[in-house]
Amino acid sequence: MSDFSEELKGPVTDDEVETSVLTGAGMHFPWLQTYVETVAIGGKRKKDFAQTTSACLSFVQEALLKHQWQQAAEYMYSYFQTLEDSDSYKRQAAPEIIWKLGSEILFYHPKSNVETFSTFADRMKNIGVMNYLKISLQHALYLLHHGMLKDAKRNLSEAETWRHGENTSSRGILINLIQAYKGLLQYYTWSKKKMELSKLDKDDYAYNAVAQDVFNHSWKTSANISALIKIPGVWDPFVKSYVEMLEFYGDRDGAQEILYQIVPSHKLMLEFHTLLRKSEKEEHHKLGLEVLFGVLDFAGCTKNITAWKYLAKYLKKTLMGNHLAWVQDEWNSRKNWWPNFHFSYFWAKSDWKEDTALACEKAFVAGLLLGKGCRYFRYILKQDHQILGKKIKRMKRSVKKYSIVNPRLSY
Amino acid sequence: SVLEEFQIEEFKERCSQCAAVSWGLTDEGKYYCTSCHNVTERSQEVINTDLIPNTQIKALNRGLKKKNNSEKGWDWYVCEGFQNILCQQAEALKNLGIGPELKNDVLHNFWKRYLQKSKQAYCKNPVYTTGRKPTVLEDNLSHSDWASEPELLSDVSCPPFLESGAESQSDIHTRKPFPISKASQSETSVCSGSLDGVEYSQRKEKGIVKMTVPQTLAFCYLSLLWQREAITLSDLLRFVEEDHIPYINAFQHFPEQMKLYGRDRGIFGIESWPDYEDIYKKTIEVGTFLDLPRFPDITEDCYLHPNILCMKYLMEVNLPDEMHNLTCHVVKMTGMGEVDFLTFDPIAKMAKTVKYDVQAVAIIVVVLKLLFLLDDNLEWSLSNLAEKHNEKNKKDKPWFDFRKWYQIMKKAFDEKKQKWEEARAKYLWKSEKPLYYSFVDKPVAYKKREMVVNLQKQFSTLVDSTATAGKKSPSSFQFNWTEEDTDRTCFHGHSLQGVLKEKGQSLLTKNSLYWLSTQKFCRCYCTHVTTYEESNYSLSYQFILNLFSFLLRIKTSLLHEEVSLVEKKLFEKKYSVTKKKSRSKKARRH
Repeated sequence: MSDFSEELKGPVTDDEVETSVLTGAGMHFPWLQTYVETVAIGGKRKKDFAQTTSACLSFVQEALLKHQWQQAAEYMYSYFQTLEDSDSYKRQAAPEIIWKLGSEILFYHPKSNVETFSTFADRMKNIGVMNYLKISLQHALYLLHHGMLKDAKRNLSEAETWRHGENTSSRGILINLIQAYKGLLQYYTWSKKKMELSKLDKDDYAYNAVAQDVFNHSWKTSANISALIKIPGVWDPFVKSYVEMLEFYGDRDGAQEILYQIVPSHKLMLEFHTLLRKSEKEEHHKLGLEVLFGVLDFAGCTKNITAWKYLAKYLKKTLMGNHLAWVQDEWNSRKNWWPNFHFSYFWAKSDWKEDTALACEKAFVAGLLLGKGCRYFRYILKQDHQILGKKIKRMKRSVKKYSIVNPRLSY
Repeated sequence: SVLEEFQIEEFKERCSQCAAVSWGLTDEGKYYCTSCHNVTERSQEVINTDLIPNTQIKALNRGLKKKNNSEKGWDWYVCEGFQNILCQQAEALKNLGIGPELKNDVLHNFWKRYLQKSKQAYCKNPVYTTGRKPTVLEDNLSHSDWASEPELLSDVSCPPFLESGAESQSDIHTRKPFPISKASQSETSVCSGSLDGVEYSQRKEKGIVKMTVPQTLAFCYLSLLWQREAITLSDLLRFVEEDHIPYINAFQHFPEQMKLYGRDRGIFGIESWPDYEDIYKKTIEVGTFLDLPRFPDITEDCYLHPNILCMKYLMEVNLPDEMHNLTCHVVKMTGMGEVDFLTFDPIAKMAKTVKYDVQAVAIIVVVLKLLFLLDDNLEWSLSNLAEKHNEKNKKDKPWFDFRKWYQIMKKAFDEKKQKWEEARAKYLWKSEKPLYYSFVDKPVAYKKREMVVNLQKQFSTLVDSTATAGKKSPSSFQFNWTEEDTDRTCFHGHSLQGVLKEKGQSLLTKNSLYWLSTQKFCRCYCTHVTTYEESNYSLSYQFILNLFSFLLRIKTSLLHEEVSLVEKKLFEKKYSVTKKKSRSKKARRH
């Protein structure tokens, strides 16, 4: 019963595998796509314009893969005409594609420089309103990469006050990122000035002016960052700088408050978890669970087998100990993004290939949190388990018994 | 203009504001004082044209035309646009070496006939509801300098106050005046630069073949066919693809004042290259619609005759000249070289014209099958024999070695195809003259174009200028082989001795087997009589079809079908009730 959809799929080539993921509850037939497309255009043959621009795109991508920058630029020259595509859907999608590929070419091409890149970025920003923020952010990062901090900061400031375009969720995220990086740059400026200040003597006539300048910068930075860290996300580098600043001004309480509020995503926390686990207090046990989830929020820890081992074991223990509420607390803010972040079909295959032990631990956690029907769990179960056979069997039983998706447990 | 000056001089009144006698004419034709700019309500008077010589009428008209709001440009009709395109195409054909009679006589006459048949002009009761149109249109079309320039709206467009004069002279229009003014059209949500763009795109007249841009090529081909020029339909379409003949952005070369927008986009904005089967179908349609008589005979000395075309294609794909004997024989046996079979007769009951190029190539494919069977087996064994023989007899004329030919041809074909695909991917469809929906849209469209041009300029500095090759000059041959080329073997002079054997007076092929491309033909009235499922056929056959289909820029299924039809004629008995295995072909020794 489980993978009947596999049999129903048409011939799938290697590069089509990625796209034949089960999305939600649906089935996907890659070979059907071409027919669907002709229905959309009334059964008429695709225009040659569409065919040649599509081929042009492939050539650009191929050239990029092979690091043939000149070739890529040649094809890119022709690809610009998609900005005038008579198909409005494609015309709207064109600027983003052109930006991605064009910026890539300009980043690597030997004849390109910061000026060329900046001209290109400025042009692309202003085509339509949808891409302004994204391109500004990437432009700023590029400038940072080339050590042009002032220009980067200016870019970010301009972008921060951008008011056009739809108020989508992605726009919100982009604005946050822009503010975060701006804050970071301000922190950096503050830090430099602080160093300058430390070299000056208190009696030096310039001291007060510099001190004032430094304070202004810190105020700006704190305004940025304090708002940001209230938004869910992993803001570690930003938090660190913020706390350092607060500390410098003697605002220890402020600094402490932040530190207590935010659970850092760092490997040391695993040690911390062990300590918490061994404690007698129940509130420490709860925190122990929080800490584990927090560590795995961090992209750098996704393959940390220890973290997963701990979490798997601890989840089971927590659920066995009737603390479903604790698990639900942690899971509520994560259930929207953890499945794609950790437990996608792609990860299942990749993890299994790389490290079967890791995959098993993750599968266990997935099973407990998403139920035995989730794709990660099912995939691992399907694999050949000569070595881990017994463990898998135990895992299956535990999931069946303790999964938070299990109706038996909801009381 | 002269007339204006004349009139202004005659106007001797004093200005009511400043008392000067110094007058000019506003755009609306009202007098204004040049010293104080006071505009009067006095306008120009209607002039009796009998008093003014012809040259001055022309000047008058040109002057008044300039008075049009340059934003909106001239008044023009859709079929004038098509006429312009046809002129451009005819001119391009002339530049390819076609005689000027094609443009001046043949194509011009076909076009006039089309206008008559579709009742747009040159006839007693033209279809338009506007009283103005027939005179304007016809005058535009007939006085347009077809012979030398694609200038359409030249000397005799009807300015408003001459209209009554001109119309009373002609007895053509019978309807009451109902002018489609540009102002009223722009008030509606859908509009066009042309006067009748909207109406044209909605027009659906039964029995009338509506003009389209692809159809211009049908006209071109009909003219070429009438003149029996040495250009096949696939050649013509390939020249279009290579931009030697205006088609994709032909509207770009319309006069500046012929503005295109709105519905005109759908009519003149083409975003696909012409398809062989489509143009072929249209050729027959147009030929039939125009009630054309039987075309000039295609005889044995015509380029389009299979005997000549086969020779051309054999040379082009580097096959031995000796194969020509066999192709001629097949032509004879099937009757495909007969004048009546080859000549286009639109009035005939089942009007059809021969796909000369496809048929010639199909004959070659049949001959290859006769000689080599192409079952992924025999052709290679025969190659082994040829190779052995050639090694031992280096001084003699070499035996044609299919394997060597295949290796060389495949390499050349793959290279050419790759370059072709790359060139297509780089093709620039959008023109300098952007097509926009309406006036509101115009600045946006122009802005976009400017943006694209700027981006292109920026990236062109990243591209090595020597890499971009210039436009190729048009050529009938896509592959060229010479004996002198030491890198690539030229097989023209090679002998078929290795695959033929003598039997008394005649030559037989060593191969005695044959397989039919199609066992059963479809009898329903669909477009095609057979389908082509690649995997059912040998790799050699697939290669041969791919090679020739690429050459002609047609679908492999079309070539496969034509091969099947040739075989149907050749092996008539095979398609009767008793199915016997085909016998070896007998060929007369030449």
